[in-house]
Amino acid sequence: MNSTSELTMLQAINEALHGEMARDERVMILGEDVGHVGGVFRATEGLFEKFGEARVVDMPLAEGAIVGSAVGLAMAGLVPVVEIQFLGFSYQAMHQIVGQIARLRYRSQGRFEPAITIRAPFGGGVRTPELHSDSLEGQLANVPGLKVVAPATAADAKGLLAASVRDPDPVVFLEPLRGYRGIRGEVPDDDHVVPLGSARMARSGEDLVIVAWSHQVEVACRVADSLADEGLSIAVLDLRSLVPLDIESIAAVVDRCGRAVVIEEAAQTGGFGGEVVATIVEECFWSLEAPVVRVSGFDVPYPVGMLEDAYVPDEARITAAIRRSLETA
Amino acid sequence: MTRPSNEQLRSILVDMVGARIQAGRLWNLQRQGQIGTVAPIDGHEAVVAATAHALDPASDWILPQYREPLALQRFGPEVLDQYMLYNIGHPDGSRLPPSVRVAPLQISLATQVPHAVGLAWGMTLRHQPGVTTVFFGDGSSSEGDFHEAANLAGVLGAPVILLCVNNQWAISTPLHQQTAAESLADRAVGYGIPGVRIDGNDAAAVFDAVDEARRLALDGGGPTLIEATVYRLGAHTTADDPTRYVPAEDLKAARANDPVDRLVDHLRDLGLWDDDTQAEVEVAALTRIDEAFKRAMAQPLTADAVFDHCFITDTPRMARQRADLLATAPQGHSDTPEFDR
Repeated sequence: MNSTSELTMLQAINEALHGEMARDERVMILGEDVGHVGGVFRATEGLFEKFGEARVVDMPLAEGAIVGSAVGLAMAGLVPVVEIQFLGFSYQAMHQIVGQIARLRYRSQGRFEPAITIRAPFGGGVRTPELHSDSLEGQLANVPGLKVVAPATAADAKGLLAASVRDPDPVVFLEPLRGYRGIRGEVPDDDHVVPLGSARMARSGEDLVIVAWSHQVEVACRVADSLADEGLSIAVLDLRSLVPLDIESIAAVVDRCGRAVVIEEAAQTGGFGGEVVATIVEECFWSLEAPVVRVSGFDVPYPVGMLEDAYVPDEARITAAIRRSLETA
Repeated sequence: MTRPSNEQLRSILVDMVGARIQAGRLWNLQRQGQIGTVAPIDGHEAVVAATAHALDPASDWILPQYREPLALQRFGPEVLDQYMLYNIGHPDGSRLPPSVRVAPLQISLATQVPHAVGLAWGMTLRHQPGVTTVFFGDGSSSEGDFHEAANLAGVLGAPVILLCVNNQWAISTPLHQQTAAESLADRAVGYGIPGVRIDGNDAAAVFDAVDEARRLALDGGGPTLIEATVYRLGAHTTADDPTRYVPAEDLKAARANDPVDRLVDHLRDLGLWDDDTQAEVEVAALTRIDEAFKRAMAQPLTADAVFDHCFITDTPRMARQRADLLATAPQGHSDTPEFDR
């Protein structure tokens, strides 16, 4: 009972997929290289052998038809779990994600249920070729009808993916490329479900809160730990899901700390960090002791490998932002 | 070859004549500002009605583009009721009851083609007999979704009928600027599936082709691409003025080949149609659409229905937005819609 195993995030994702396919025979896996080879990162390893070619399907290289056919499968009552090999490749499916999946329930006024999960790795740090590292969570969160989930720990990857597959609405499930093997932790062995829309306090603290999601949570925790040596008490709030957004947890921790730094890897203008800041201003204006500071990618395309470290928020930039906030009287 | 029986042809013609006269009513309602933009069916009646009659409404699906609803009566009277709700801008305009196997109208061209492939595939996986038939146009055949979906259908052997209604025009763009291909049906070769080109003004030919494609699909033979050539006899939509680009002599020639007139002439020759029949069918069709319009206008709607069915339950953010709206919005039936003329 309640036993756990230490897994990488990738292993946790794989475990969740095995569990969901065993639990519900309507669950299918669609994607490029998801079958025989088990996915280019091996996230779907063993599923083809266990559940067969009818349920784990190597698709033609056509993101629009992969996502578009998932709409039809959902109309037939199946529960497709789509893997887009890299989130940046979803540009070629965006018309189906935004114009179709996200509106299927609304357009049909509830007749059709888009119980579809789209999994995709995103984010930088592994020196990929162009377009492999783009962070699109801001664009996706701006699409009514889509839920956007971005786990930061191995246990959450398992629990949130299970919740996403079981959710009757479409979920884009964002997996940090760097975290696949870089993030590891204790993961419950049994069925594990983390409800969508509840943020997690990754570190408690009183002086300032860092709000982050996905891989940046780990970076934020490292910063909080190192500043603890100086006697600073820095909280880290892991949003877990951007839609639905846990407004109450954001408001509670900001009210307590009075200072906030919001981190994201995407470009700043129009990014989800701005939405978090707006939420803080709406909810917590009279508690704020300093302007909220954003640390983000820059307003440029995600750069090539030799410039990645200049682009992705790191401990130095986050620490500088914290000091800036704390220096404001 | 399965020729439709004379009785089937007569039923098809009833739907075609009804659709033609109802299309005229819709045009007038739009001009009066009572409904929104409509895409007239004129010229497409045979291909839509005969297809619907070649399919089994109890097991087969139709995924329309947006020009088809008036000729889909065989799939249920609800299709017309829903279409009138759609035309007045009521959200229930895309909600059909589960018994009616017709998907919502699709505004984004060809995006419904992969849906039809996925639905056909899913029905096979769930051991449900039946085929899906998806309507799209010559313009839509240039879209990536058509290509991706046709290719996928071939790979899967999905029981889907890809029905390209080539009406020669994509709003103002003529076919020769759409493709250098001689026939859109030829594209099937590249997908490894059968492709047939038929006269879409010939209701019997449409019935034959769809029936054969359906049998092939049900026998596990996979998809068929059908190109049905017609001519768009009306405007693209009520917002379009085709006199600016459709050559008058081409339109005149097309009118000489009007699908409704052709089937009327054929059934008259067989003694199965006369002026009285024509008048009865037209009156019944107009009565039906006028009643459907009245019912649509009486369908209740509250302002906060704007939130319904986005998600199965509101997110916390949406719950706040709903409460904000309800604090200021008038209650009860929303205003009678007004549309630009």
